[in-house]
Amino acid sequence: MAAKSLLGKLLALLALSALSVTFIAPLAWMILTSLKPLDETMSMPPKWLPSSVETIQWENYVKVIVDKDRWDPDEDPVPPFLRYGLNTLYLVVLGVVGTVISNALIAYGFARIRWPGRDVVFALTLATMMIPFPVIMVPVFAIFRELGWVGSFKPLWVPAWFGSAFNIFLLRQFFRTIPTELSDAARIDGCSELGIFWNVVVPLSKPALAVVALFHFMYVWNDFLGPLIYLTDQKMFTLSLGLQFYQSQHGGTEWNLLMAASTLIVLPLIVVFFFTQRSFIQGISLTGLKG
Amino acid sequence: MASTSARRSRGWLRTELTGLLFSSPAIIGLAAVMAYPVAASLYYSFCNYSVLKPPTWVGTANYERLLTDELFWTSLWNTLYFAAFSVPLGIIVAFLLALLLNVKVRGMTVYRTIFYIPSIVPMVASSVLWIWLFNPQYGAVNALLRHVPGISDPPGWLSDPAWAKPTIILWSIWGVGNTVVIFLAGLQGVPQALYEAAEVDGASPWQRTLSITVPYMTPYLFFALVMGLIGSFQFFTPAMVMTNGTGGPADSTMFYALNLFHRAFSDFKMGYACAMAWVLFILVVIATLVVVKSSARYVYYESADEGAV
Repeated sequence: MAAKSLLGKLLALLALSALSVTFIAPLAWMILTSLKPLDETMSMPPKWLPSSVETIQWENYVKVIVDKDRWDPDEDPVPPFLRYGLNTLYLVVLGVVGTVISNALIAYGFARIRWPGRDVVFALTLATMMIPFPVIMVPVFAIFRELGWVGSFKPLWVPAWFGSAFNIFLLRQFFRTIPTELSDAARIDGCSELGIFWNVVVPLSKPALAVVALFHFMYVWNDFLGPLIYLTDQKMFTLSLGLQFYQSQHGGTEWNLLMAASTLIVLPLIVVFFFTQRSFIQGISLTGLKG
Repeated sequence: MASTSARRSRGWLRTELTGLLFSSPAIIGLAAVMAYPVAASLYYSFCNYSVLKPPTWVGTANYERLLTDELFWTSLWNTLYFAAFSVPLGIIVAFLLALLLNVKVRGMTVYRTIFYIPSIVPMVASSVLWIWLFNPQYGAVNALLRHVPGISDPPGWLSDPAWAKPTIILWSIWGVGNTVVIFLAGLQGVPQALYEAAEVDGASPWQRTLSITVPYMTPYLFFALVMGLIGSFQFFTPAMVMTNGTGGPADSTMFYALNLFHRAFSDFKMGYACAMAWVLFILVVIATLVVVKSSARYVYYESADEGAV
């Protein structure tokens, strides 16, 4: 019996190792390509590694970041790639702050205060998750156009301040697990509802709030369709949208530079992931259950 | 603030108002970003609308035109094809990975991280990476395939109409990490005692998986199926990036949402795009209803009152 399960474990370990190599290989290929000189990316048959230590091109990263061809310092003191990074960061900060504040307040209203029609409104909020984005895409565009917001960052961060069904649901579930005795005690001590929210519920909900912040950060970093629709000026592009400029600039694509740019976009996410792994895994397990 | 007694008399009304106040962003948001757009979109779908000029009513003309629009049918077919393969394959791969990860071996968290990382790579970056990996001449995949005996002429992948969709389906499977983590959480909730009992009764590992693990996991599999369906009907970014927006070659990757995007923002036929969006919505609702209705027969819920948190 013991030998049998040991064999099973060994087989599982083998399968896991083989599969992890498969899953990680594309990213390894991305990083290896980003370090090659251009001619080595187009050798037949392809070389896996840069041919020698001397040919490793760390400069590729400098080229992507400084990008002399497309950078006109008179027009913008910041080179394009960094500008895209700053734009993305700007949207991340405004979006994450808005998402956390608005969804926490809304979820509190749904989870801890009784008011007539609450459950109906909550059900309606959840129902919006079913509506495919293309259905509302045109009217939302028309609204932002009417407001004169097309070509500005506003359509990309203002909506975050109005909450989203998914986050409201997630936080509401979490808030409901906090004992009501705590809020009742605070209420007797003369604490206002906002005071209870801030002094009792928020401190106890930090893990859930972190999950919401984290997911929104990922969403903004990832978002392609939003910037594609609303951003018209190249100087305002985000990283996701700006990556296209490294694709086939002058005829043939410089794959080493494109992969260096991709690596730079992926890297912050992986770093954030390693520091927040716990929240990530918790968050996903939390949402997967009763979505 | 107000004294306790004063608050008590007005307490009830106050709570109501505070509750409304707290939730008001959701109500405003719901109205502005959902209710109005949904209604407007339905109205536009019966109109000629370019955004630049006010909409003009054309009745069911947009819907009628859809019926004879070849690109509409192509994009619908492509999307159904994509959904039919990527969703079930993704679920099977994720389930097998989760089963493997659930074997108590050392370094499980490392493996879990490795499977998860591809799913946090931004879609634009992973799409660009996919073009390069599957580059017919210089790509890593074909370089490996050329070493396989019998393969002298590996596929052209994204540049071959017959292979373009499978290549994109492979992309979607690379990103199953999220589902793996959800399944893994589910697997850890399967009562260990059942396995022990089955083992005593002489059930093989395969039998144990089929008759204990799978039934316990059906709610998770069901959840992944519904979410996967809804997502795959709206599949957009990789199709846009991998084909430079063309949906090529020969419209083989012209997916529904990509087609819709072009009608709206390349042709400015916003009314037509809205009609397409409503057809999509109805299809999503039908697909979800079919899955939900049929689920009663195979989804097993441990306790009846699970929903009542």
